Amino acid sequence: MNAPAVLSPRPMAGPAPSPVADTRLTVPGMRCAGCIAKIERGLVALDGVGEARVNLSARRVAVRHDDTLDPARLIAALRDLGFEAQVVGDTGVCADRTRGGADGEMRRLLRALAVAGFGMMNVMLLSISVWSGADGATRDVFHWLSAMIALPVLAYSGRVFFASAAGALRRGRTNMDVPISIGIVLAAALSLYETATGGAHAYFDGVVMLLFFLLAGRALDEGMRGRTRAGIGALLSRMGRDAGVIQADGSVRRMKAGELEPGMVMLVAAGEALAADGVVEGGSAMLDNAMLTGESAPEHAAPGARVHAGAINMHAPIRVRITGTGDDTAIAEIARLMDEAGQSRSRYVRISERAARIYAPAVHTLAALAFAGWMIAGAGWHQSLTIAIAVLIITCPCAIGLAVPAAQVVTTGALIRRGLLIKDGSALERLAEIDMVFLDKTGTLTLGELRADIAGLDGDAGAIALALAQASRHPLSIGLARALTAAGVVPAAVGAIVEREGVGVTGRHDGVFVALERPSTDGCDGPCVQLRIGADTHAIRFSDRPRGDVEATLDALRAMKLEPRILSGDSRAAVDAMAQTLRIPGEGGADPAHKLAILNDAKAQGRRPLMVGDGLNDGPALAAAHAAIAPGTASDASQQAADAVFTGERLFPVALAIAAARRTMRIVRQNLALAVCYNVAAVPLALMGRVTPLVAAIAMSTSSLIVVANALRLARVPRLPGGAAT
Amino acid sequence: MSVLAFLIPVALGMGGAGLVLFFWAMRDGQFDDLDGAAHRILIDDEDDVA
Repeated sequence: MNAPAVLSPRPMAGPAPSPVADTRLTVPGMRCAGCIAKIERGLVALDGVGEARVNLSARRVAVRHDDTLDPARLIAALRDLGFEAQVVGDTGVCADRTRGGADGEMRRLLRALAVAGFGMMNVMLLSISVWSGADGATRDVFHWLSAMIALPVLAYSGRVFFASAAGALRRGRTNMDVPISIGIVLAAALSLYETATGGAHAYFDGVVMLLFFLLAGRALDEGMRGRTRAGIGALLSRMGRDAGVIQADGSVRRMKAGELEPGMVMLVAAGEALAADGVVEGGSAMLDNAMLTGESAPEHAAPGARVHAGAINMHAPIRVRITGTGDDTAIAEIARLMDEAGQSRSRYVRISERAARIYAPAVHTLAALAFAGWMIAGAGWHQSLTIAIAVLIITCPCAIGLAVPAAQVVTTGALIRRGLLIKDGSALERLAEIDMVFLDKTGTLTLGELRADIAGLDGDAGAIALALAQASRHPLSIGLARALTAAGVVPAAVGAIVEREGVGVTGRHDGVFVALERPSTDGCDGPCVQLRIGADTHAIRFSDRPRGDVEATLDALRAMKLEPRILSGDSRAAVDAMAQTLRIPGEGGADPAHKLAILNDAKAQGRRPLMVGDGLNDGPALAAAHAAIAPGTASDASQQAADAVFTGERLFPVALAIAAARRTMRIVRQNLALAVCYNVAAVPLALMGRVTPLVAAIAMSTSSLIVVANALRLARVPRLPGGAAT
Repeated sequence: MSVLAFLIPVALGMGGAGLVLFFWAMRDGQFDDLDGAAHRILIDDEDDVA
């Protein structure tokens, strides 16, 4: 089951009983035994980590650690081990409760399913004897035994439906569980009456079997649900929680984000997240704005620059005069937009509900008509009621209840092995209806991180560059160090290393002056650093590479009659250049509200847009789109707003998701058609009063098996035109 | 007939035992990570980790 790992109650290692916290991380990239061992051992090796337990089915890690350990350190440790990771929800009580709730619901369904299965087997054992010719006293005893097994089973396992039906009726509405409950109760009552009066036909087997198949469908559906999208709170938690405010006497006092007011001046240290919007008053620093703009390159903020809550100060302390706090910050505005945009999606009506809305009244009318018809024909109330109940049983929506979730569960399982996580069944249904695609640029079409071009560095230069880069916390240095380490370069011995703010890192290697510094002339466009060794200089360029299979993916999307286009917050020039290379339309310079407006325009024209994006600035657009996909590197909020998350460096899962979703819906429609065909064939028999418990049992089980077998065809992932190896 | 008085309780008892076993397994977390259990057997025990 896709339940998070349960931490075993083993005591923590180490004597210090400091407060313990549990953090759950989702790690989509793990898929083998080696990964489990690497992650568990790697995390436990960290200071303060008591226990790490991987759940491979759910692609999650549950970590028990000291309260003082920042979950960001766990993510960093996992990145060093080679895995992308995200914290799941908040570690707060509230998040735990919702998770426990979803988990508990699944367990409740499974228990009900197990009991129904037990009852079905034993009642069937007795029924087969009756069908094979037991009669007289033996038949009566077997019927009584069946009743003694079936009635407690119905009372226990049927609660799932009874509770839901009662809840709906109390609110004056009806749902699929109302006809199911009525059918179960009526059929059980009639069978009991038959048993008591020594009648020939008792439907205990049919009722318990019906319950079993319905619960199987319900449990599959629940397995699809799991991950909710109520994650706006997580977004706001990325804002700084408190800030150092400079007092009138020059001292600094920590204040909670809620106590900040416009006009105050806060001191933002390196590595700290801003707790409010403001204007830089003193100092200058590189700010990581990736959360807001999706732009991977840090931005330089000098006095006078506007800075936003949630941005992270990358290196030097700055003083910021607050202009907006709490709900007035740009990030809160995005959260509000996302919240509103997400409303439309929650109104989406799933195909099983649409089917139920037609199906349930039709079945009830039919059963009522059968009863009335036979009464008028003078059959007597007992026979008329028996026939009406046979109609209810034979039209039971087992096959329909299984048709949708079985297909969706199989597809989701196949896709997760391709690095694509689908959030729920409705996501698959909406993905299948997509008719246009908007793609963000940075982080979606491109990899979203600056890669150093280290081809020009020969062995010695590379070794020196690595030694210098390792000594600096500047983002470009970190990127360069990562690229060189990945290429297997070993750092050279460099002494007397000094980092000078805004200039670079200098040192001495074999008596030669070496430096990694800002380029002396603006020789290269884009981000770039200069490596100086004595009198020689090398320019090292940084660029954000496009994903390797962008062209193939776009071809596949075009082949599916979708119109891919770029919608990005980056500069128009950068977007136009990319759009031209890829030969697709593109629009740049779009802020979150503008993106949202474009999505809403498309929807107003009756289109069903797919949004693929990663940044927080894409958040509202992701939430508003008919369906949304985010890469695994996206911000938490974007992943929460998205219907599907893909991992790895390839873009192709986007095309694969749409193709798989369409194929799933084809199978779902086939399944529904099969279920209807079966009813069309079986209902006349029931109306004529020819349905015995034996016929009902055979019809019900074969139709359910056919539907499940048809769904299993989805286990193979589709091949796409233009898609290289999928 | 008398054989039924013996066989039916046996059948029910075996089914019931299976049911109780399933409930125990679920409460014990045996089904929490099916894929993981399949892979964990391949991990070498280097030392006593979590």
